[in-house]
Amino acid sequence: MSNIKKAFEQGKAFVAFITCGDPDLETTAAAVRAAVANGADLIELGIPFSDPTAEGPVIQGANIRALSGGVTTDKIFDLVRDLRTDITVPMVFMTYANVVFSYGTETFISTCKDIGIDGLILPDIPYEEKEEFLPICHKYDVELISLIAPTSENRISMIAKEAEGFLYIVSSLGVTGTRSEIKTDLKSIVDVVRQNTDIPCAIGFGISTPEQAGKMAAISDGAIVGSAIVKLIEKYGKESPKYVGEYVKAMKKGTIGEA
Amino acid sequence: MTNMKGRFGIHGGQYIPETLMNAVIELEEAYNHYKNDPEFNRELDALLHDYAGRPSRLYYAEKMTKDLGGAKIYLKREDLNHTGAHKINNVLGQALLAKKMGKTRLIAETGAGQHGVATATAAALFGMECVVFMGEEDTIRQALNVYRMRLLGAEVIPVKSGTATLKDAVSEAMREWTSRISDTHYCLGSVMGPHPFPTIVRDFQAVISKEIREQILEAEGRLPDAVLACVGGGSNAIGSFYNFIEDKEVQLIGCEAAGRGIDTFETAATVNTGRVGIFHGMKSYFCQDKYGQIAPVYSISAGLDYPGVGPEHAHLHDIGRAQYVPVTDDEAVNAFEYLAKTEGIIPAIESAHAVAHAIKLAPTMDKDKIIVITISGRGDKDCAAIARYRGEDIHE
Repeated sequence: MSNIKKAFEQGKAFVAFITCGDPDLETTAAAVRAAVANGADLIELGIPFSDPTAEGPVIQGANIRALSGGVTTDKIFDLVRDLRTDITVPMVFMTYANVVFSYGTETFISTCKDIGIDGLILPDIPYEEKEEFLPICHKYDVELISLIAPTSENRISMIAKEAEGFLYIVSSLGVTGTRSEIKTDLKSIVDVVRQNTDIPCAIGFGISTPEQAGKMAAISDGAIVGSAIVKLIEKYGKESPKYVGEYVKAMKKGTIGEA
Repeated sequence: MTNMKGRFGIHGGQYIPETLMNAVIELEEAYNHYKNDPEFNRELDALLHDYAGRPSRLYYAEKMTKDLGGAKIYLKREDLNHTGAHKINNVLGQALLAKKMGKTRLIAETGAGQHGVATATAAALFGMECVVFMGEEDTIRQALNVYRMRLLGAEVIPVKSGTATLKDAVSEAMREWTSRISDTHYCLGSVMGPHPFPTIVRDFQAVISKEIREQILEAEGRLPDAVLACVGGGSNAIGSFYNFIEDKEVQLIGCEAAGRGIDTFETAATVNTGRVGIFHGMKSYFCQDKYGQIAPVYSISAGLDYPGVGPEHAHLHDIGRAQYVPVTDDEAVNAFEYLAKTEGIIPAIESAHAVAHAIKLAPTMDKDKIIVITISGRGDKDCAAIARYRGEDIHE
């Protein structure tokens, strides 16, 4: 069975995103461990890219800090090897197509399998381009996560039918970043998803409070949070893991409706 | 198996967030409908003729020809178009298309400012709202064009992220489009980005080679031996090449900005120094490091200061149909001054890259050979920067 599905077996899942190497890889490792210890069910590890076109200012900043600190794809593979000595929750990479392509798609994905990465999220690979990556992902049991956006409309069923791992539902138009209010009619999107697939779906983009996480998880299988965690790391730097832990604890409570 | 939609060999494609997929599909469908619509084409032809001033002249540069002592040199004068560059050809097409699609707002990226000025112009003409993203560094290099855009009613947003140049302006325009799609058309300025942009922009720019063909046949009774154009993203080059691609005897030469040289890190010569990658919606050649991080690029020319190249150029390079040569800042500045003094024509610093290569090439060719150089834009915008390059500080 897909390791990713396990994240959704104990009820509503809380998914935490962290940019690797911001401000350094030691902090990333500690932040991941703090998130898992406090209830994160799935970890999304961002491999920084010089020009992250789907990100808002917060995660753009994290990418720049990480790259200026000298982080590379190889160093991030080492980070995952270290994390896998004690972390058992599913972990996926979130990065841009060029990071994978330029490394050599097959070398990158086979390494993912070797080090214990369960899936891959590539925001600049839509349904139309996934065939370039999917057969290689299948060969190495790495699941390619599909995204559904508020503008997907007639495309939702097509994407959902072929989705694997979990479905990433983008809550709002625009780029990543916290939002005070999420206005998209996500319930009707989730309804169409449910008619077409049994795999779990989680909602991300714009979520920062336990209340928002609760609302999003109530209509789906979980909530994904990135920018709010990255902001804490930006603010507290090397001291951030304990704040990330406290924050994840509150968000997990919100996600399961105990906020 | 990769998606074959919008491919040029292995290049092109649609590497964009799901949020934008329906927008590019809607654009493709609208374009496929209107490109063969007689009414649309009548309106566009009238705009190009009456408003933009087409056809642009093909001028025999007699003094330059004699001075260089080789091939006969013709200049395709895109600098004489309204707004002073080839950019208006594409913008009028896209703005008209956007209007037919019911869009009321145009957004655009700009490097040197020529595409931004053209988009602001079309928006003023069509009564549309206009927002232009421009790297902060470029707003300083091209302050005059920033003023022109504002004068035309556009809002200019300086982009501070990354290297604060053209690539960052493209990224920011894409981010903006992701957040507001229903009333907004992204008027992309070059033959790049996701399908269908490389095809749409090429088709609207192909008027350049269509005219060159007719004009040179009229003047010389035969096709040219070489067509030269500068290449950043590559829109004036593909426009100049397109109607000659099937004529194998016509050499197609794209002139890339080598900055301080292709053996330095301060270069923007993508085909000469880059490798295949995926960025800004397309697979093509990009300047990048071994981990696929996009490299900071450099050229004196804000319009060529881009780490990628349009996918059709990447393909023409792969199959050996076009040749891409590097031209340094120094060579381009010399050519800028040379054309001013020799022919009384001040070319854009971008176009001066093509002139620079012609200065090297023409003397190596026989006198019965013919070269066409596309002068993609006028150089008024560059005078202050070139003066600075020569150590002279003038007030704009």
